[in-house]
Amino acid sequence: MRFVLLVVASLALMMTDYRQGLLDPIRQTVSALAHPIRLVAELPSQFIETADQQLASRRQLMAENERLRNRQQVFQARLQRLDALEVENIRLRSLLDSSYDLEQPVLIAELVQVDLDPFSHVIEIDKGLGAGVEVGQAVIDASGVIGQVDHVAPFSSTIRLISDPGHATPVQVNRNGLRSVALGAGRTDVLNINSLPNNADIQIGDLVVTSGLGGRFPTGYPVGEVSAIKTNPGDSFSTIQIAPSGALGRIQEVLLIRHEPAPTPQAEAGDDE
Amino acid sequence: MNSPRSRGGWLITATVLLALVLTIVPLPSGLGAFRPEWIGLVLIYWSLALPNRVGVGVAWLTGIVQDVLQSTLLGAHALSLALTVFIIIQLHQRIRNLPIWQQALNVFAILLIARVSLLWIRGLGGSAEFDWQFWMPALVSAALWPIIFMLLRGLRRYYRVN
Repeated sequence: MRFVLLVVASLALMMTDYRQGLLDPIRQTVSALAHPIRLVAELPSQFIETADQQLASRRQLMAENERLRNRQQVFQARLQRLDALEVENIRLRSLLDSSYDLEQPVLIAELVQVDLDPFSHVIEIDKGLGAGVEVGQAVIDASGVIGQVDHVAPFSSTIRLISDPGHATPVQVNRNGLRSVALGAGRTDVLNINSLPNNADIQIGDLVVTSGLGGRFPTGYPVGEVSAIKTNPGDSFSTIQIAPSGALGRIQEVLLIRHEPAPTPQAEAGDDE
Repeated sequence: MNSPRSRGGWLITATVLLALVLTIVPLPSGLGAFRPEWIGLVLIYWSLALPNRVGVGVAWLTGIVQDVLQSTLLGAHALSLALTVFIIIQLHQRIRNLPIWQQALNVFAILLIARVSLLWIRGLGGSAEFDWQFWMPALVSAALWPIIFMLLRGLRRYYRVN
């Protein structure tokens, strides 16, 4: 009898949870209570990391320091040019009367080393409600878009990667602004575009960036490069494969973008689940 | 449930918590698909040994915690663990008397049922991937069953959990 009740309770919970957001209070409470479990589970990898740092030789550290300093200088130089371009861009856009949000404030978060559900592509980060993380925030790493915040708990939050089979990213081809949607395929090394016609102007090597439609992901962050185009003469749409720019398989640190969506009617249109 | 004579509840809690930790502890990539179902194994042992103390309710609550920790649909693991323990409690008189390798076969079958129920839930949610690795955790768990069984029985007898 109790079993039947629990089955009904589970089904009710799942149906409520499927419509996102309604059960967040429960999730957050349980998550906060269960946080010690996470901390304990993280110990082995933290131990390995500490040992790794302790054992790194002085020479190695100096070499790494040198390398990073050089890179910093290169980026600094590139940034100078970018600053000028940005100002020019704003000026041109103001002529066109279109808005452009720059300098979105970011929050750096670290990956919590725990394994989540092996069937979906989600990761856990160490910033939560306390740090002001919100559901739906876009998450990037140093080289591209990673995903978006799925659930927020007091001390942690989970991120659904763009490679999750249930995730779709609004994208555009950087070269010509051709818009489409990149779907996760359940693999960290490929995303699919299924909705472009066979004669669409897209080539292998094209950079694909976020289009900003849907209001979840700000415009212009790299998603990946077109790696293969499979055209079947019998179908009217080709399957386009994208190799993600973000290192989806080996994430260490991520940046959360605080994105205030422009008050357009499109802002509500994007639901990626 | 908590009659004055029952004792050792802390041991049950500790083993379940340890199983939760082991479920999310990171494994080298590639090994993740072979991770034994620690929570299922521990709950199967306790419900087999003490069906009056560890029942579907405990299993369900553990499942909710697992759902939150692994960020799955709330209630998915709860349902599959409650189902596991329900089957065990129905059959515990029979399974208890089997030789240990036959118990392992039963554990394999029951964990597989639990995994199929999870797959079915995922399918309703629209993202069910099914490949050859799907049944590996059940197989690995069944292979581990004799060890888990001996270990937990030793602990239970040592601390006289009843």
